[in-house]
Amino acid sequence: MTEIIIAGFGGQGVLVMGQLLAYAGMLEGREVSWYPSYGPEQRGGTCNCSVVISHEEIGSPIVSEPDAAIIMNRPSLDRFEPTLKTGGILVYNSTLVDRKPERTDLQVIAIPANALADELGSSRVANMVALGAFLRASEVVSPESIAKSLENVLSTRHHHLIPLNMQALERGRAYQY
Amino acid sequence: MAKVLMKGNEALAEAAIRAGCRAFYGYPITPQNEVPNYMARHLPERGGVYLQAESEVAAINMVYGAAGAGVRVMTSSSSPGLSLKMEGISYIAAAELPCVIVNVMRCGPGLGGIHPSQGDYFQAVKGGGHGDYRLLVLAPGSVQEMADLTFEAFDLADKWRNPVMILADGLLGQMMEPVEFGDKEPQVVEKPWATTGARGRKPNIINTLDIVPESLEKRNYALAEKYGRMGEAETRWQEYKTADADLIVTAYGTSARVARSAVDMARKEGLRVGLIRPISLWPFPQAPFALLADGLRQFLVVEMSMGQMVEDVRLAVNGRGSVHFYNRLGGMVPTPRDVLAEIRKVLGGGGGQ
Repeated sequence: MTEIIIAGFGGQGVLVMGQLLAYAGMLEGREVSWYPSYGPEQRGGTCNCSVVISHEEIGSPIVSEPDAAIIMNRPSLDRFEPTLKTGGILVYNSTLVDRKPERTDLQVIAIPANALADELGSSRVANMVALGAFLRASEVVSPESIAKSLENVLSTRHHHLIPLNMQALERGRAYQY
Repeated sequence: MAKVLMKGNEALAEAAIRAGCRAFYGYPITPQNEVPNYMARHLPERGGVYLQAESEVAAINMVYGAAGAGVRVMTSSSSPGLSLKMEGISYIAAAELPCVIVNVMRCGPGLGGIHPSQGDYFQAVKGGGHGDYRLLVLAPGSVQEMADLTFEAFDLADKWRNPVMILADGLLGQMMEPVEFGDKEPQVVEKPWATTGARGRKPNIINTLDIVPESLEKRNYALAEKYGRMGEAETRWQEYKTADADLIVTAYGTSARVARSAVDMARKEGLRVGLIRPISLWPFPQAPFALLADGLRQFLVVEMSMGQMVEDVRLAVNGRGSVHFYNRLGGMVPTPRDVLAEIRKVLGGGGGQ
């Protein structure tokens, strides 16, 4: 069972990242769950989701001790760094997070997600850059499954952005950290 | 049909449309908003009526009207909204009209908060509205069951001419899981009692006023007799590893998901623990308790309430085993580890009450 937290500001696309992971897991025949934080969040406020991908039936979809975290902003690093399991994967967006993780028992991947996304022409795909970096470190689902999930998870009006999203995913996977 | 990834609220709404629901009346409240959202988008294009009422009170009375006209109809709300609907629900039960009522529970009392809770068990199962009536209450435990039980709820409502309540919570409504809809067809039920226009026949009258005690008493006994038959026919539950268990954890909905993980963790430690998950909350599944409560086994009820279903478990166990209780409140969801700690505590020797 792999338990993942994805966290950032509202508007950074963290819920979509989680849905892509869950959808890809489902395509690969696994049990999956996705659960959003649904407090009084709004654009600019903090936002996170829990994703569980498992070979067995999933109990609670709420992740309290993640195997992996994808962190898109500083408040999320402060909140979730202490909760990761020993040996867990911590991917963080080093463009926006202005400190290094303190823990030494984690596999830490710093990815300048916004900077790389800007190079591709849109900071809005920073989430896909970070997801790409995560997929290289974790292998919980294949990049091919994520690619297949895009057209199901993104609403039809965003389908013209799928090529850009794929580019961003590849950029994140290729990044040398 | 392939599986799709959906929120519980959306899966429930899609299942309702597939079950032939052709009228939806509601008023917005978190955490059930995806239900009216989905209905607003999809019900009109599939031949139905979606209407956002001016209040919950208006919505439930629109349900009363549509149900009387023989239409498959649903309303959905969350806890404080359900309180507002209670008068109408009592009328619909008294008039013996079929409809489906959804409660995606949030935490209370009062305005409370928007996070998951199971604090409306009493309201759903013991009455809630005035007078003597029963709802058939079904408690889904997954997104798949949000769909399956809602689909079935429409058939059950028609079968018994009675409101059926789906008692879910914010977690089940908001979470996404794979769901499969299959290709089941809804049952088509003749409704000779419906107010469909009296051309060529005597008018049908739907009315709950009956001021002659001798006459009302007859109606009450008839309802009681129906509830008795419903109680015998519609009880459902799921058992998990109960056969050799020293301790039976009992929980429904979200709590049952957590409890099941805790049971697996306990089994790995060599503790003999099982789970009874009531799926129908009314009628409450007495049978598995009657069978398993042998005076040796203990019971642990896990709820996200101050202790509501635990009363029904005590009645069912009927003194033949100690019944322990563990809860979280205020929108907090217990973790499997919390429940495991409680299991260890109970099996470690502490006597029940």
